[in-house]
Amino acid sequence: MKKTQSKSKFPVSKAEGKRLLHQMQLIRRFEEKSAEVYTETKIRGFLHLYVGEEAVAVGVMQALKEEDYILSTYREHGHALARGMDPGAIMAEMYGKVEGCAMGRGGSMHLFDKNIHFYGGNAIVGGHLPMAVGMALASKKQGKKNVTCCFFGEGAAAEGEFHESMNLAALWDAPVLFLCENNLYAMGTALEYTHSEQQLEKKGPTYGIETATVNGMDLLEVMKAAQKAVDYIRETGKPYFLVCYTYRFRAHSMFDAELYRDKAEVEEWKKQDPIPQFKKYLLKEQLITEKEIASLEEAVEKEVAAAVDFAENGTWEPIEDLCRFVYSENQEP
Amino acid sequence: MSKMKTITYREALKSAIREALQKDERVFLMGEDVGHYGGAFAVSKGLLKEFGPGRIMDVPLSESGFTGAGIGAALAGMRPIVEIMTVNFSLLAMDQIINNAATLLHMSGGQLNVPVVIRMGCGIGRQLAAQHSHSWEPFYAHVPGINVLAVGTHEDARGMLLTALESPDPVILFEYTSMLNLEAEIIEDAGAVDICKAKVRREGIDLSLITYGTGVYKSLEAAEVLSKDGMDIEVIDLRVLRPLDEETFLTSIAKTHKALVVEDAWKSVSISSEISARIMEKAFFELDLPVERLCGVEVPIPYPKHLEDASVPQVQDIVEKVRKILKP
Repeated sequence: MKKTQSKSKFPVSKAEGKRLLHQMQLIRRFEEKSAEVYTETKIRGFLHLYVGEEAVAVGVMQALKEEDYILSTYREHGHALARGMDPGAIMAEMYGKVEGCAMGRGGSMHLFDKNIHFYGGNAIVGGHLPMAVGMALASKKQGKKNVTCCFFGEGAAAEGEFHESMNLAALWDAPVLFLCENNLYAMGTALEYTHSEQQLEKKGPTYGIETATVNGMDLLEVMKAAQKAVDYIRETGKPYFLVCYTYRFRAHSMFDAELYRDKAEVEEWKKQDPIPQFKKYLLKEQLITEKEIASLEEAVEKEVAAAVDFAENGTWEPIEDLCRFVYSENQEP
Repeated sequence: MSKMKTITYREALKSAIREALQKDERVFLMGEDVGHYGGAFAVSKGLLKEFGPGRIMDVPLSESGFTGAGIGAALAGMRPIVEIMTVNFSLLAMDQIINNAATLLHMSGGQLNVPVVIRMGCGIGRQLAAQHSHSWEPFYAHVPGINVLAVGTHEDARGMLLTALESPDPVILFEYTSMLNLEAEIIEDAGAVDICKAKVRREGIDLSLITYGTGVYKSLEAAEVLSKDGMDIEVIDLRVLRPLDEETFLTSIAKTHKALVVEDAWKSVSISSEISARIMEKAFFELDLPVERLCGVEVPIPYPKHLEDASVPQVQDIVEKVRKILKP
């Protein structure tokens, strides 16, 4: 029943289906490769992987236009890839090479690309929410029609900045999509230990903000919910709060021994893995063949390998340049 | 000769904001009570009527929220002036100022500059007790990526904001609430001033008195008193606390060979510690005597007037200190 609903309300063409599957597969394999090269010590620092949550980034990105602004968290490789950031530039960034999307200055948690309006990669939980409101406020003042989409986790909803930002956005009618990826754990502490009200979606209406929830493991559902949210924002200029229920299959970061959750729980959620689910859907609807899936996967492998090659062949910034980008080099504001 | 006019520090600040709003449509003022109330210190009184609520925005008591929004608006092409009512509340916005405004340019490999101006009422002197009398210049001056200015004179109250708004990077302006009603003469067509150099406010040959903020007028007054005793004091207003202009005070010391640093902030890990260290590093052999410092006493600022006054250097303290140095 769910299937026919999805299909009738949100038909996906053959080409689109392939493109979407490709994006999710790319994120999955890119992340797995990142973990691999991390263990080879090619990547250091924190590395937060998006495996399991692919449907959210890919689904939401379909509703956004080129002129829209995106701000994200430290678990942002998926958002960056889905937005169209070059995988090589991301991998090189994690290697700390000059060819990285932030010249290697940021690393895994700080991916930036102004050209595609991707404003981080912000690693203080909740810290980018006020900025998102300000960017949306600027759009409003400038008479622009673009939307600012701000990804954050459910952990951020316990921060004061979440509440301040929701209030400001509602007060100012700022066109922000507050996109909460509720993966149930703030690092290693479960929702039940951190939130007095665990249905986070209840927090939206208290600020007068239109709110919805969606199954973040289902790509088509996410696409539909995100489109509805973005349409609402474009039409009214007002903020919207969308809570995506999702799950990360891997540890919080590479330092996490996962003592706080059962392996059985993880396995249970893996049954909802968005990628096999979507493949199944495409096959059932005859939008793709097994052979096409195989060649798509092969293409992704090549892309990921090329990203690693690009990073490997990148260059180190000379130490003499250490103090660049503390202040603007071009003094024109 | 330019014509002079008498103006209060408050009027000077206000006319700078008004000029900035008139000159550039991207500029807007946001802060607690800046609109309907007219500004906690009446600096923005009347501006809401003149410019409307789109340019003069009252904000809720959400220091982190609205400061972050100002940073976001700056990223997206506006030129916000964020007013944090007093420096004391800026601690609630420190995450935004330090983790976002000061770091985005660097973390993004030079892609995202943040042209935000943050004004804060600052300082001691109104019997407001420990939580409302802070001097946080040293905190902010510690952080690479932001420009920190101390508005110690009427000329700078009239001009610094305008230049700050031309900066591609974040600027913090410390304005001193104890000086708001103080009158002084400035040239009639006063306007933008540089925000990169310290200034010699009084020339002299016997000692370099290095200061900023409320220390400037106090030091000038002390220098006048001392001049009657035949002591010729040079007063340097640092103005820019980051990035620091060393050249001006090092040149002065090469002439006077003696230095006293004066500030309201607590003595440990302060602006004066930094100045003293730089003099030691770069002008040690110019010195006839060790560098001396006169700073805030290390105590939460108390409420009673006599104790509050005793917590920071006063004119008489400066006079006595200089006398001790020059005529031991």
